[in-house]
Amino acid sequence: MKCRVCRGPAVIDIRRHNAAFCDQHFLHHCREQVRRAVKDHQMLLEDDRVLVAVSGGKDSLALWDLLVELGYDADGLYLGLGIGDYSDRSTDAARAYAAERGHKLHEVDLAADYGYDIPSAAAATHRAPCGACGLSKRHLFNTVAIERGYDVVATGHNLDDEAAVLLGNVMRWETGYLGRQQPVLPDAPGFVRKVKPLIRLGEREMAAYCVLRGIDYIVEECPMAEGNRHLGYKEVLNALEDRSPGTKSAFVFGFLDRVHERFAGDAGAERAELGECSVCGSPTTGDVCAFCRLRERAGGG
Amino acid sequence: MRVLLRNPRREVEVPGPLTVAALLARLDLNPESVLVICGDTLVTRDARLADRDTVEIRPVMSGGAA
Ligand code: SF4
Ligand SMILES: [Zn+2]
Ligand SMILES: [Zn+2]
Repeated sequence: MKCRVCRGPAVIDIRRHNAAFCDQHFLHHCREQVRRAVKDHQMLLEDDRVLVAVSGGKDSLALWDLLVELGYDADGLYLGLGIGDYSDRSTDAARAYAAERGHKLHEVDLAADYGYDIPSAAAATHRAPCGACGLSKRHLFNTVAIERGYDVVATGHNLDDEAAVLLGNVMRWETGYLGRQQPVLPDAPGFVRKVKPLIRLGEREMAAYCVLRGIDYIVEECPMAEGNRHLGYKEVLNALEDRSPGTKSAFVFGFLDRVHERFAGDAGAERAELGECSVCGSPTTGDVCAFCRLRERAGGG
Repeated sequence: MRVLLRNPRREVEVPGPLTVAALLARLDLNPESVLVICGDTLVTRDARLADRDTVEIRPVMSGGAA
């Protein structure tokens, strides 16, 4: 195959764009897709201070790299989840990347700073680890961003993630989640803005970006992810995509352009009734926020 | 050729030459879910792999719902 732009030898083909690219033009393609996502959804202002949620995996490191390449003032935040070897290796990947490129990486460690970790939280709540993990991440990225003066949190959710989450939400008709599934969640009292600049790029493209940019990310999977529903949705979507390229992107962008608006009311109602958590002061519908309740049950409260 | 697979990490021998597409079909892998790296370069699905090549097939799916 030949590069669509320069006709040189291609290193990757992207069937949904009916295109192949050489390394230089592929990197350009990734930057353009992020530039366009940011512009189309008004994700970032030029002088925003951006906090990138860094996991050590391909998406978050590629996102950080791309935002800096595009000229944004972007620092990273790594959250130590305490998931054995996997966490140790992802910490190393995040630190090594930051050190090599001279970027600033903040670190928060669940065990050291909050007295619990994801395995203990999963055991204490008898629920899937990803639930406790997602809750902890959402709370802490937001809190750290506010405390340290960032305007916006950027996460590495890519097109495949969004398509899988959308499929899950549709299969169960989670109307509140559908109302909130957007590439930008605007700021509100107690919440910084949240953005997903990789929404136009698939995870295969993100892995290729890291390989071509020499970014050493952690390839192995979080052991807690094994067999979860989200991965099942991704497999199903990839089977459809293989037969009919462009399916995932039509699903996600069709939803955002033509359907999302119909569920906006379902999400709005939940945000309207927020008070302050009596422990940490974060916005919550109850007396104590879900994060503080989790922390208490998991032994760190 | 030597083919390195991940998650779990393992190695298999596949006789070459053949194309990337044929290799993936033989291993029953969806081309949407992997990258193929030959030596240290990424290769597209029409690329021909020789019997003496060492090839890494890297999964690109990541799993958290959060
Ligand atoms: S797979 Fe689940 S537990 Fe592991 S990092 Fe992702 S959300 Fe957290
Ligand atoms: Zn080119
Ligand atoms: Zn609280």
